[in-house]
Amino acid sequence: MLGFILRRIGLVIPAFIGVTVLTFALIHLIPGDPVLMMAGERGIDPERYARLRADLGLDQPLIVQYWNYISGVLGGDLGNSIVTKKPVIQEFLTLFPATIELTICAMTFAIVVGLPAGVIAAVKRGTAVDHTVMATSLTGYSMPIFWWGLLLIILFSVTLGITPVSGRLSALFWVEPVTGFLLLDTLIQGEFDAFWSALHHLVLPAIVLGTIPLAVIARMTRSAMLEVLREDYVRTARAKGVAPKRVIMVHALRNALIPVITVIGLQVGTLLAGAILTETIFSWPGIGKWLVESIYRRDYPVIQGGIMLVATVIIVVNLLVDLTYGIINPRIRHQR
Amino acid sequence: MVDQYKQANVAEAAADHAAEVAEAHEAATIAGTPRHPLAEFWEYFTENKGALAGLLFIGVLLVTALFAPWIAPHSPIEQYRDALLLPPAFVEGGNWSYPLGTDDVGRDIFSRIIWGSRLSLLVGVIVVTLSLAAGIVLGLSAGYFRGWVDVAIMRLMDIMLAIPSLLLAIAVVAILGPGLENAIVAIAIVVLPHYVRLTRAAVITESSKDYVTSSRIAGASNSRLMFNTILPNCMAPLIVQATLGFSTAILDAAALGFLGLGAQPPTPEWGSMLADSLQFVQRAWWVVTFPGLAILLTVLAFNLMGDGLRDALDPKMKR
Repeated sequence: MLGFILRRIGLVIPAFIGVTVLTFALIHLIPGDPVLMMAGERGIDPERYARLRADLGLDQPLIVQYWNYISGVLGGDLGNSIVTKKPVIQEFLTLFPATIELTICAMTFAIVVGLPAGVIAAVKRGTAVDHTVMATSLTGYSMPIFWWGLLLIILFSVTLGITPVSGRLSALFWVEPVTGFLLLDTLIQGEFDAFWSALHHLVLPAIVLGTIPLAVIARMTRSAMLEVLREDYVRTARAKGVAPKRVIMVHALRNALIPVITVIGLQVGTLLAGAILTETIFSWPGIGKWLVESIYRRDYPVIQGGIMLVATVIIVVNLLVDLTYGIINPRIRHQR
Repeated sequence: MVDQYKQANVAEAAADHAAEVAEAHEAATIAGTPRHPLAEFWEYFTENKGALAGLLFIGVLLVTALFAPWIAPHSPIEQYRDALLLPPAFVEGGNWSYPLGTDDVGRDIFSRIIWGSRLSLLVGVIVVTLSLAAGIVLGLSAGYFRGWVDVAIMRLMDIMLAIPSLLLAIAVVAILGPGLENAIVAIAIVVLPHYVRLTRAAVITESSKDYVTSSRIAGASNSRLMFNTILPNCMAPLIVQATLGFSTAILDAAALGFLGLGAQPPTPEWGSMLADSLQFVQRAWWVVTFPGLAILLTVLAFNLMGDGLRDALDPKMKR
């Protein structure tokens, strides 16, 4: 087991180095002078130009620059935003809980709906129910989620007036951040009206972000269930006279869940990328919106650091999924 | 975002069909002369109604794109100042000269969607061509030469896969600057690893087969072995991936356009048509609805066709 863990961690290191090279290269691949690009059309005076170049370390040899960059990264220093002057890592940590909260809710939605849908489709294979689930999930999977978000806003916010259009919390409330998760913070402080408001703000973005993972989970659950339902032990259980519900829920589903868990883990990357679009539509103050805005503003340290941090989070999550999978399924551990 | 799904897809289809294969085995009779492979393929493909519907839609879209100047009633960028935010013709206050209504500067939405089909298909064609060509060369080299070539190429691909596709595409656009051409390059780079991995896996399987060995003994050169002997036998999964690649390309290009990082105004690109539409959700639903519907239907059509192709081309699933 220890060997397995070390091997998996060993695989992560080149990926991490690759990500640092990529984000480091980012600022050097910009056609023309990054400082002039940042200055935009207004131009820049020579003194400020030189200072900005020195700030970014662009006046040093490439190797030295990379060394400075990577030692900064390892020490948690990703430079300062050009616009707000605050450290990138600090901005990231302030905004990240909003994205995590959204992502967790989206994933919960996807699992709570997708898993039963997949099970039902598999059990009723070939029926109208199965076809409906499969058609819906293929549609969900093909969905441009930015458009899906706009449609839901038209329906629920504009026409029905049930949910707010944007943001995380109504302006009437102000909650002292403790965990950064508004749903938790409001509950801890007993602000139930604020909790209700936060929940209202969260519903639509979570549905939008959860749509593609939902479709993937439903399809994967269905196929895993179909495979398991044909196994001999399921037939044995049925022959023994185990109640049909128990055969499906206990005997079959438990084994079908193994591949589904992997797929769920892999969806974390999809979710974090999807958060960029979802946060833009709903003005959700998370890292997705932050990254897009930094691109508009040509705030290169933020782009660099943001991509670096998001990629790191995904690498770590994938590693954890791999390790969990190894624990659940001993066969994986003993492969090459 | 599509990658995991596609991997899952294979397992899923296999499970799906295994059950049917078992049933079909009993019913199978020994056939006489084998049919032409294309005829056989067509029979399997047409069995799948969804795939046929997808093919039909893509056919219509292709015609629309080719004859856009003749089909579209208006120019996609002409602004009719006397017809701002006009609702669709079938709604009260609409006008049949603008079937799907007009946007905030008076451009005909129907014409913009028709012209947009050109861009979306073009994006699909270019992205798939670029990534397929590069993916085949890299995957073929990795799978054929193995050793350090393999390690170097595959490690690089692993790193690219560690970053979510949209984020990587945004990073590339952040480097190159916003615009349709740069978005196309970005998406082609982002989807590359899938083609490389698929090609490599197929090449490794094929390389150990006897016909390759005999060809090698007969004195075929490396390039001949790679491109003439092995590659044609690796095409089936690549064709499927390429079809599904159209849907990824169109969806990602639209997403970049929506974020303002893809096609720039006034280009009639479906995603960028939605870029500023958030402000109209209150008073002009048609500005929002139709371009997105075009994206959804096109992506769905390619996904349906890809699924159908996969079923029809996979020898394991033939009964």
